[in-house]
Amino acid sequence: MLSILVNHWPELWSGLLFTLGSSVLALIGSLIVGTVFAFLEISERKWVRIIGRIYVEIFRNIPLLVITMFFYVVIPMLFANVNGFTAGTIGLTIYTSAFIAETVRAGIEAVDLGQMEAARSNGLSYLQAMVHIVFPQAIKITIPPLGNQFINLVKNSSVLAFVAGFDLMYQGNLIASTTFDTSNTYLAVGLLYLVLTLPLSYFMRYLEKKWA
Amino acid sequence: MANFIQAYSWLNIRYLLEGLWITVEISAVSIVFSFIIGGLLGLLRYVNIKYLSALVGFVIDIIRNLPLLLILFFTFFGLPNIGIKPDAITAAIFAMTVFESAMVAEIIRSGIKAVDPGQMEAARSNGMSYRQTMQHIILPQAIKKMIPPLVSQFVSLIKDTSLATIIMLPELMYHAQIIYGQNTNFVLPMFLALAVLYFIVCYALSWLSRVLDRRMGA
Repeated sequence: MLSILVNHWPELWSGLLFTLGSSVLALIGSLIVGTVFAFLEISERKWVRIIGRIYVEIFRNIPLLVITMFFYVVIPMLFANVNGFTAGTIGLTIYTSAFIAETVRAGIEAVDLGQMEAARSNGLSYLQAMVHIVFPQAIKITIPPLGNQFINLVKNSSVLAFVAGFDLMYQGNLIASTTFDTSNTYLAVGLLYLVLTLPLSYFMRYLEKKWA
Repeated sequence: MANFIQAYSWLNIRYLLEGLWITVEISAVSIVFSFIIGGLLGLLRYVNIKYLSALVGFVIDIIRNLPLLLILFFTFFGLPNIGIKPDAITAAIFAMTVFESAMVAEIIRSGIKAVDPGQMEAARSNGMSYRQTMQHIILPQAIKKMIPPLVSQFVSLIKDTSLATIIMLPELMYHAQIIYGQNTNFVLPMFLALAVLYFIVCYALSWLSRVLDRRMGA
């Protein structure tokens, strides 16, 4: 395992960067998209709520691989060429945004209703009350589950290996197929994934305990 | 439109449904295994046996923080290197069970922990033994709390079986790829079919859990 790490460090390091890059981009994207759909889901208009609901239910119940392959296989046929990294990151963004929408919605709903009512009766508009009063409180409730979503993102980004996304898993497969030392290669790759996910996972557990 | 009619010929639909059946079978077996093993591990971690519980906890944390795809690769391509050669179905079930057991264990443990400690104290001071309290007071309340996260874990297990297409397990995704690999006109219809079929199975499971939840009067 050590010899794989040492001899193939350049490839593994580049894979690690691609994994991290894809995860961070997808996190930013899915935070934006997810928050938008969370607000749709709690809108005062019924048809807006339904649109939010449909989006979340569809993408929570379809495998990430299907969404990713859609962008890798179907979109190039219909429109423009998409490389593996982009297709994978878009897939990750859409898939994760459905989960983030649920997390953010639950966070907003966990804020005491009285907060919204008090803000509204003090003359703030719905938007003002949401942006200045409810949302800041919801964020604190949302951070530990969002951290777990990021860990899931890092793990799920291994799906890039299916679409030649140059991530850690992809590089691992290449190394495994050239050295034939499959067991040690995958152990080394696993170790690198743990370097990314394990500290974050313990930090989130600490935050949950501290803020509980 | 003609593409769609052609793509959804009975032959193709039947082939997809055969794949779906494998997906459902693999999921069901893995769910049962990971529920049993994960339940035991979760309890073991909760009851706090010196060293053992810490060790179990450490292993669970490691597995939970690895991608399932990696565990699948290790099982199918890595194990033969040290002399164990599982076939695709065994490898898929094994990898899913290892990964999901760790997830389930964590859900079980935090479900038990979420029950108010006053419940245990009250039952114990009323003369019940630790085992009686667990069995009659704590676990029934904990199980109610565990059902929603368990179900979403099992939904994600069903979705994750699609990863096994890479070890050529003949499940739904694999069969769809074979069909659209023969004719590029079938790509779009096949992806639509994949989305619909996976959605039906996953949504049915979450729907079932909501019905159960209402029955239990949560």
